[in-house]
Amino acid sequence: MSAMVRLTVNGQAVEVPAGASVAAAVAHATQRFRRSVHDAPRAPLCGMGVCFECRVSVDGVVHVRACLTPAGEGMQVITDA
Amino acid sequence: MSGSTATFDLIVVGAGIVGASCADAASAEGMRVAIVEPGPIGGGATAAAMGHLVAMDDDPAELALASYSLGLWESFADLKEAEFSRCGTLWVARDDRELAAAAARIARLKAADRDARLLDAASLHELEPALVQGLAGGMLVEREAVVYPPRVANHLVRRAQSRGTRLFAGRRAQALYRGGVQLDDDTRLGGPVLVATGCALPDLLPMLPMRARKGHLVITDRYPGLIRHQLLELGYADSAHGDADSSVAFNVQPRPTGQILIGSSREFQANDASVSPSMVQRMLERSFAFVPRLRGLQALRVWTGFRPTTPDGRPYLGAVPGAVDQWVAAGHEGLGVTTALGSAKLMIDLIQGRRPAIDPAPYSPWRMAA
Amino acid sequence: MREHYDVLVAGAGPAGLAAAQAAVSHGARVGLLDMQARPGGQVWRHDVRLPAAPAARQAIEALQGVKLLARHSVVTAEPSALRVETPTGSDLLSFGSLVLATGARELLLPFPGWTLPGVTGAGGLQALAKQGWPVAGKRVVIGGSGPLLLAAADTLRKHGAHVLGMHEQASAATVRSFAWQLRRWPARAAQAAGLRLRLAGVPYRCGSFVREAIGGDAVRGAVIETPHGTRQVECDLLAVGYGLVPNTELAALLGCALDEADAHPRVRVDALLRTSVANIHAAGEACGIGGLAVARIEGAMAGHMAAGDVAAASALLPRRDRERRFGALLARHFTLDPRLRELADERTLVCRCEDVALGALAGYDDARAAKLATRCGMGACQGRICGTALAELGRFPRGGARPPIFPARLATLAGLADFSPDDARRGNRP
Ligand SMILES: Cc1cc2nc3c(=O)[nH]c(=O)nc-3n(C[C@H](O)[C@H](O)[C@H](O)COP(=O)(O)OP(=O)(O)OC[C@H]3O[C@@H](n4cnc5c(N)ncnc54)[C@H](O)[C@@H]3O)c2cc1C
Ligand SMILES: Cc1cc2nc3c(=O)[nH]c(=O)nc-3n(C[C@H](O)[C@H](O)[C@H](O)COP(=O)(O)OP(=O)(O)OC[C@H]3O[C@@H](n4cnc5c(N)ncnc54)[C@H](O)[C@@H]3O)c2cc1C
Ligand code: FES
Repeated sequence: MSAMVRLTVNGQAVEVPAGASVAAAVAHATQRFRRSVHDAPRAPLCGMGVCFECRVSVDGVVHVRACLTPAGEGMQVITDA
Repeated sequence: MSGSTATFDLIVVGAGIVGASCADAASAEGMRVAIVEPGPIGGGATAAAMGHLVAMDDDPAELALASYSLGLWESFADLKEAEFSRCGTLWVARDDRELAAAAARIARLKAADRDARLLDAASLHELEPALVQGLAGGMLVEREAVVYPPRVANHLVRRAQSRGTRLFAGRRAQALYRGGVQLDDDTRLGGPVLVATGCALPDLLPMLPMRARKGHLVITDRYPGLIRHQLLELGYADSAHGDADSSVAFNVQPRPTGQILIGSSREFQANDASVSPSMVQRMLERSFAFVPRLRGLQALRVWTGFRPTTPDGRPYLGAVPGAVDQWVAAGHEGLGVTTALGSAKLMIDLIQGRRPAIDPAPYSPWRMAA
Repeated sequence: MREHYDVLVAGAGPAGLAAAQAAVSHGARVGLLDMQARPGGQVWRHDVRLPAAPAARQAIEALQGVKLLARHSVVTAEPSALRVETPTGSDLLSFGSLVLATGARELLLPFPGWTLPGVTGAGGLQALAKQGWPVAGKRVVIGGSGPLLLAAADTLRKHGAHVLGMHEQASAATVRSFAWQLRRWPARAAQAAGLRLRLAGVPYRCGSFVREAIGGDAVRGAVIETPHGTRQVECDLLAVGYGLVPNTELAALLGCALDEADAHPRVRVDALLRTSVANIHAAGEACGIGGLAVARIEGAMAGHMAAGDVAAASALLPRRDRERRFGALLARHFTLDPRLRELADERTLVCRCEDVALGALAGYDDARAAKLATRCGMGACQGRICGTALAELGRFPRGGARPPIFPARLATLAGLADFSPDDARRGNRP
């Protein structure tokens, strides 16, 4: 099996295979990715970068599409839901 | 279709913020009103606008109209559709020269009953921490607000409709004739006509010159709290009221959604609505110079709009020169949202033969006939 | 920064990969860009756990001499150039000729509960699983229409999911007729048979669709409409997709004519894949849904055309026409049951970005008027989800493309080449 990447999601340590997306990493910690404008929890829908439901904060940058972003060693991911 | 002409006390042509306000004001007095609009309500310049309700003080006539209108806008402060947000206007001074000029502006605004105060550099940054360091200070106009113009236009039209106003949706006024207007399906409507077609005014009234002044706007995703006030550079009036072929100014607005709306650009020779990358570039560079953090924000959309601009920058409000029962309310340039409500009151007063609350002379279309 | 390519290919799916390979074989300087981190597009999406299909591996290995530009998202266009955003800045890529191979996205239709976490597209969940999304041991219900349901089920099973069933909205008779016609494409028939074999034991229900997703904070179950009545199943994940829709935003931005005869536009091309704009060709799903084989042949044709070899492109025409007929077969057999257009009720959100319910759109018959009044379509997806769904529901066509065609940093729109993440952090944390 390939190498693993370690990162945190809402402070919780998560390990995923190299090449996995931030979306996959978040899913190990929580099903809730973002809060909708009326405050409902949301999570990935399309898996391919077009629906924007998977937006999270990565290393302090908000509105990052988790499904398009490869998980990186030491990344700090924060969800909003 | 002739012979079956419906008649009205007033036929408003165009349902932008100006036409919608006029229909609302007329119907409120019990007049039987028709509105003609080929596109979506508020779908012209009104849909493109930033929706900043602001008093500009460099022309006394504009200031009087704005001040009058701003008072009327207060009745919309609690209307959900208006998305009224009293963020205040913060005018930013880059250097001491601009700051010094602000003192005179404050005096002019005070004279028109608009409260404003001077800020030193420290209080400026306290109010708006995202601003770049090294600015000289600013001027705060606390009571000013922002609204969402197309929904206000919609609301005004619906309110007028609830009082019996008839909306001719999807219809364009083809021509004015003595005693009425002809629509593009050959329907004729009889009665006094008020033309509020913004940039398209010369189609119906070719003797009243109008130019379309293109503007670009960019809107971002939601960043609540990053910007707190509607921000403008004190040099804004040079761009807005200068006559340069193209200019940009720092003009950044926090929407009630947490989104940030970034303007502004002005171009005279651009007639197509397409987005010009180089104008967007210039406009954004200007905004980064004041708020460097903007660079990292996600833009969702860019759009353009056209400001209806008369040769002297003042709107035409009054009787059409040389015509009977033809009225015009158009040419509000970059202030038509702010001044729509006052313009409408003034128009209905004139049409009803009353003396308006402010002097109508500076806006009279007759100035073009001279 | 400005880079020039003789041939620039937008989209690194099967079509784009083939185009790049064909173009580089003529000695052209070729750039192949994609917003995804890995080449492969949808069907050949990189899987973090499973080995790639041999064809995919070969196509990617054949890229020698091609400049691969991963995580490059096209956001705006300038004359003969595309502005792309990268994780660290932006570039202006100018081109002699351009191949549009922007592929397709999934058609997602609103139904009550579809905004719950755990409800995804069918291809959507497949894509997520390939990215490493944990599906092992999860109970999955798959619904929607078309061959993608089987492909998704296959991938999910390989990743350890417990697929409870596949619900195909088309009737059993139609699906049988499709399978019968498939014999004219032996490779496809064999592929389908293999899939069927691997999925033995997973129920495949025709004339059946997901009516509602149930759950509080996340999906817990689904209400399913079958020819024999309504039933409810518990599940951990619900994956529903109604086929594919071409990605035409970039083509529209560049002024290429679209074919708008159907609910969803596709890029209009002539027999040799020329768009209405000089030096711009298009290939694959962007020109209409046709599947993998079409994408590969058209990609090769477009690559040859872009490099100026009309003869090489023309030689592929007969094969391409044959494969395109498969696309027509698909469209004919998997047309949607009109009941699917009635699933969303007044309170069902259509616009997920701005939380606009279907009921709020009553009385609007035009996308722009509805947007101005309700914010529907104003959000980050720029109407890709709601606008497409409303077009499918027969409400109104989606509004036209405007730059940026994907949300982009203001720095990118300002043409700044470099962007340090520190700027972004400062930007977001006042
Ligand atoms: C980028 C930009 C930013 C702006 N920001 C602000 C701001 O922050 N604050 C502010 O106060 N102002 C702002 N403005 C200015 C403001 O938008 C305009 O002054 C105002 O909207 C003009 O309103 P209107 O009703 O005259 O014109 P429009 O909104 O253009 O309405 C005219 C209507 O007439 C209709 N019409 C045209 N021809 C016919 C016909 N023959 N028959 C029937 N109907 C017809 C059109 O379809 C249209 O709906 C901005 C403008 C722009 C372009
Ligand atoms: C979610 C999904 C799953 C699928 N799974 C299967 C399957 O398992 N089996 C099967 O046979 N078929 C599958 N398909 C069908 C598949 O689309 C085709 O068979 C094949 O992938 C089409 O190839 P293509 O090159 O035309 O497009 P795609 O493979 O869709 O490739 C297009 C590429 O362009 C990129 N792109 C688009 N716009 C931009 C932009 N503005 N900037 C940068 N890059 C951009 C995309 O990121 C994408 O990688 C699937 C489709 C989808 C949508
Ligand atoms: S899941 Fe749709 S954009 Fe990421």
